Amino acid sequence: MSVQPASPQPVSATVHALPRRAPPLAFPLRHLVLIKTVVWLLALLPVARLAIGAFSFALVDLPGGAALIALGRDLGANPLETITRSTGFSALVLLTLTLLVTPARQWLGQPWLIKLRRMLGLFAFFYAALHAMTWVWFDHFFDLREMAKDVFKRPFILVGFSAFVLLLPLALTSFNAAVRWLGGKRWLWLHRLVYVVAGLAVLHFWWMKAGKNDLAQPALFAAAMLLLAGARFAWTRRRARPPQAAPLDWLQVRRRD
Amino acid sequence: MSSFKRALRGEDLPASAITPREVYEGRRQLLRGLAGTGLAAWAGRHMIGSAEAATPPGGGLAKLAGQPSPLSVMEKPAPYKDATSYNNFYEFGTDKSDPARNAGKFRPTPWTVSIEGECRKPMKLDLDALRALAPLEERVYRLRCVEGWSMVIPWVGYSLSEIIKRVEPTGNAKYVEFTSVEQRDTQPFLGSRVLDWPYTEGLRLDEAMHPLAMVVLGMYGEVLPNQNGAPIRIAVPWKYGYKSAKSIVRIRLTATEPQTSWNRTAPSEYGFYSNVNPTVDHPRWSQATERRLPEDGFFAPKRKTLMFNGYDQVAGLYAGMDLRKFY
Repeated sequence: MSVQPASPQPVSATVHALPRRAPPLAFPLRHLVLIKTVVWLLALLPVARLAIGAFSFALVDLPGGAALIALGRDLGANPLETITRSTGFSALVLLTLTLLVTPARQWLGQPWLIKLRRMLGLFAFFYAALHAMTWVWFDHFFDLREMAKDVFKRPFILVGFSAFVLLLPLALTSFNAAVRWLGGKRWLWLHRLVYVVAGLAVLHFWWMKAGKNDLAQPALFAAAMLLLAGARFAWTRRRARPPQAAPLDWLQVRRRD
Repeated sequence: MSSFKRALRGEDLPASAITPREVYEGRRQLLRGLAGTGLAAWAGRHMIGSAEAATPPGGGLAKLAGQPSPLSVMEKPAPYKDATSYNNFYEFGTDKSDPARNAGKFRPTPWTVSIEGECRKPMKLDLDALRALAPLEERVYRLRCVEGWSMVIPWVGYSLSEIIKRVEPTGNAKYVEFTSVEQRDTQPFLGSRVLDWPYTEGLRLDEAMHPLAMVVLGMYGEVLPNQNGAPIRIAVPWKYGYKSAKSIVRIRLTATEPQTSWNRTAPSEYGFYSNVNPTVDHPRWSQATERRLPEDGFFAPKRKTLMFNGYDQVAGLYAGMDLRKFY
């Protein structure tokens, strides 16, 4: 990735309503493809490690199996719990990263970051779906009555499940054509659901951990979400002009700044 | 005896027709060998394991053997690795992998347990005295955690009553309180406010005197590893796991019901009795079923939790008591 060389002449001072920022990184499209591939692989890492752990019994006799198992995640005495917790945690991390994209893009002045957002969001959905699936399938074997009883006993599950259900329409309308069908404004409003999802997801985690008085991790996520919300709020207030075409800027591949 | 019964007992067979033990055991060995060389599929793997009900190998700590006990259950003990890497021992951290990770610096020796309170002969016993106090037994017990999972563990020790009767409780003694150690420099979570430290637990005196209630000095034929409550803990198999206090330094006989750590932290969730009871749910989850670790794989539904964790012989202790009220 090549950084634009600093211009030798002093830039004429212009009056900015915005803080002075580093110029956006400029690099060719193929580098973006590379970056996306790396992010894609990193996002897959948690589920890949779980898969290695789940199939370690079959891998152990293969050549190089031991090395592979060392890279995987040991599922321990309670594999189902490990998988449930790991996928839930990954979903939360990816949701946080998704919400980090816009503030980071704004504060760092790197508009290209937006091109990672859809992928991160879809990975958040992917892990949330695996997380919900372990509960529906392995915990309750699709038994609706059992699930209803469990939700009644453990209301935090309902909160988590709502978060997952609200993520569904976002995942389903994540492709470019959906933005055109819905129209930018409506699409934007729909996708603001992600803030509700973030709130519910953190509450779900908080409530789950509250049983052991062990709130360090959920507090960290709550702080991150609040910080990101604060950054958005501060940014909107500092912005001199109202945002134009902001929701769709990730579509404008050849955007000029 | 009718000829039918005789036939059932195999008495109608000539001795020459009976397969000698060596031969059929050899066949089983052969089959096992064949299975072992075949595909190690999930199902197969579990079946090979269940052919032997013997104590699985330990982790290489000092040996501490016990005589097999008739109180043992005929269920398959968890592998040592699972029993020693999935623990609730909050002094070392709240995650179940924390104790195995953080208990390395713990000092299980030298150790003294003080038995005191409402008794005529209070005593202080070191580990040698504790190991010599009564014949060591190996008892394979179910352990049901309040969180909804269970394991089968081969403990080594003897009935708690052996200790209690030696100190001669007075007529005032109605309860027993257990206090766990506080080693500030080796137990990193003693600084946390998850629970009030030191960890305390309690039993009614008649519960403590029940032969099933056990003083534990070892597991899997070895001394206890630090994360499982070295060097001495108790095991009360018909109660949820947290009643079985670990790394005990004091056993006190009292006239009134002692405070217990979990009861102090969340009285509506953890009562003094804490008997395993599928009909009384935890306020935040059901206790009707449990997952047996690690043998219940992904595709096995949870198993039904049994009253008193299947130890019906303790039911008499609670005759006439409303176990919904005294949970």
